[in-house]
Amino acid sequence: MRKILFQSLRGPLTEAPPRPQAEDAAELARALEQTARRRLGRSLSIRQVDAGSCNGCELEIHALANAFYDLERFGLHFVASPRHADVLMVTGPVTKNMREALERTYRATPDPKWVIAVGDCAFNGGVFAASYAVAGGVSDVIPVDLHLRGCPPSPTDLLRGLIALMENSS
Amino acid sequence: MTTLQTLIAEGVPAENHRPFPRVRVTESTWRKAIDTLVGERCSLLGLWATPGSVHLVLCAENNIAVLSLDCPAGRFPSVGARHAPAIRPERTIADLYGFEPVGANDTRPWLDHGRWGVKHPLGTRQPTSGAPAPYPFLASEGESLHQIPVGPVHAGIIEPGHFRFTANGETVVRLEERLGYVHKGIEGLMAGASLTDAAKFAGRTSGDSTVACAFAFARAVEAAVGIEAPPRATYLRALMAELERLANHFGDIGAICNDAAFALMHAHCGVLRERVLRFAGKAFGHRLMMDCVVPGGVGRDLASEDAAALRRLIGMLRDDFEPLVELYDRTASLQDRTVGTGILTIELARRFAPGGYVGRAAGRTFDARKALPYPPYDALQFEVPSRQDGDVNARVWIRIDEVGQSLSLIGQILDALPDSPLQRDVPPAAGEGMALVEGFRGDVLASVRLAGDGRIEHCHLRDPSWFQWPLVEAVIEGNIVADFPLCNKSFNCSYSGHDL
Repeated sequence: MRKILFQSLRGPLTEAPPRPQAEDAAELARALEQTARRRLGRSLSIRQVDAGSCNGCELEIHALANAFYDLERFGLHFVASPRHADVLMVTGPVTKNMREALERTYRATPDPKWVIAVGDCAFNGGVFAASYAVAGGVSDVIPVDLHLRGCPPSPTDLLRGLIALMENSS
Repeated sequence: MTTLQTLIAEGVPAENHRPFPRVRVTESTWRKAIDTLVGERCSLLGLWATPGSVHLVLCAENNIAVLSLDCPAGRFPSVGARHAPAIRPERTIADLYGFEPVGANDTRPWLDHGRWGVKHPLGTRQPTSGAPAPYPFLASEGESLHQIPVGPVHAGIIEPGHFRFTANGETVVRLEERLGYVHKGIEGLMAGASLTDAAKFAGRTSGDSTVACAFAFARAVEAAVGIEAPPRATYLRALMAELERLANHFGDIGAICNDAAFALMHAHCGVLRERVLRFAGKAFGHRLMMDCVVPGGVGRDLASEDAAALRRLIGMLRDDFEPLVELYDRTASLQDRTVGTGILTIELARRFAPGGYVGRAAGRTFDARKALPYPPYDALQFEVPSRQDGDVNARVWIRIDEVGQSLSLIGQILDALPDSPLQRDVPPAAGEGMALVEGFRGDVLASVRLAGDGRIEHCHLRDPSWFQWPLVEAVIEGNIVADFPLCNKSFNCSYSGHDL
């Protein structure tokens, strides 16, 4: 184990952060009020909620924690309970079977709070929109502040959106 | 005659079902089939319904047979009453189609949580309204027992499902799963869809197995119309399937160790996984390789510079993985958590016939690539690792051994990659096809019925998780609550693939 630990000191794999895109920032600027920005500081706690996804988005959200993207260097971290969260990161078309759980998670998150809908399904139900079992996109169920499109969005896309959130909130 | 031949001989063959025989049977043959399952002379590969019939897929001696029973009265003899692996598929049939499995012990709904606004959405639809009925969990009674409800929203970044633990102190007395939260109605969406749209649904059935599901779907469609994909396409499909296996196995090995609080393995395995995904993203335009396998072939080629990069990558992965395996094997505190934890007995594995590392860690040797070889695996050399212990450690080791096999397979594929077109046209023709493809988690079964205009009439994708989820309940019994994440991750069943 010691050998591997020493080898880890060679220098990090972590890459320079991607630059936020103008439209992400613009959408956020509308969403975040000045007071809330001050209150958040440079630290965001994120609670991820899978409201019906195929698991593809979860895999890429997971990747944010690996050595290449190293989410925590930005003061961003995932928390285990909505009660500890500033941001809900919601994936999937919202299935009817998950609708209540999503609503309750939203209510359990203290204000001020923001919702990021991740992926094309979360945007408007995606390819599943027409199903009897699907309630729709996330914004059909709870208010959404930022949409990050993609099927699934890559970790770089996710990071870009999150950094935009940080820059607008600091 | 073999077990399956005897059953097939009693039925009326369906025309145009390829490559495995499908026969329409009477109730008496259906009951005989149940006997063969109970007697473990064959294993259950799938059980689902289409409008008007139920279909039982059996596997024995590396052969497959499909038995179909018409149920005009909406009833069929329950398989689950005598063979437990069929219980959840039957509850699903009752939910989606309204067919009653006569004699079933467990008649609770499964995927239907009473929230769709409609009952039997794929059968005779009945509108519903009002609040959903409470779900009766199975009882556990005794002194000093307490319940721990977990989910559907979990603490980690994972899919939703509900686990109801009954514990005595730290020891789990009973675990009961409740799934169906991510039911998206894929079977309903598939019916009437074009091949292009249906392939998209197949690729979004379970995101971590998008290649395997699309591969199985494509092969089933090709079987239905009687074509084979061009040789280069079959090799590229296998290449993508092995990359998917590598990425998931690296991720799982790290995540299992992380659930034993050994974050070092997680960090290093995460790097290996990321390298595989980055290669896929560059070479095939999508990190998870979604929509790269299509009916008739593949949508993306492998450029020669990417082939060279892949050779370097597999060398690097081999070099970097070896010390990690040693680290896993030599860290006593980690072994203390994985060895002897969450044991799946060989008897139970035989009965449920789970695919993938779950089965192969508990005495099974079934791997669709070997048992029912499909191109190009019939021309490639590889071994199917199998162990007897059935614990978390064995499931880790099967993955470790499979990483080695996949690295070797990728090398062979690059050596033998033939030149040919990437796709063939899929002629619009009526027919039925079935395919079994080995995903990282186990065998994915695809059954497709095509209408004459080339549209999908019915498609069922059976995820390997169907026969693995019930075993999670079994292996946790008598273990401590704190070992549940470890056990669960070592199975890593799909919620979305199961809930469909």
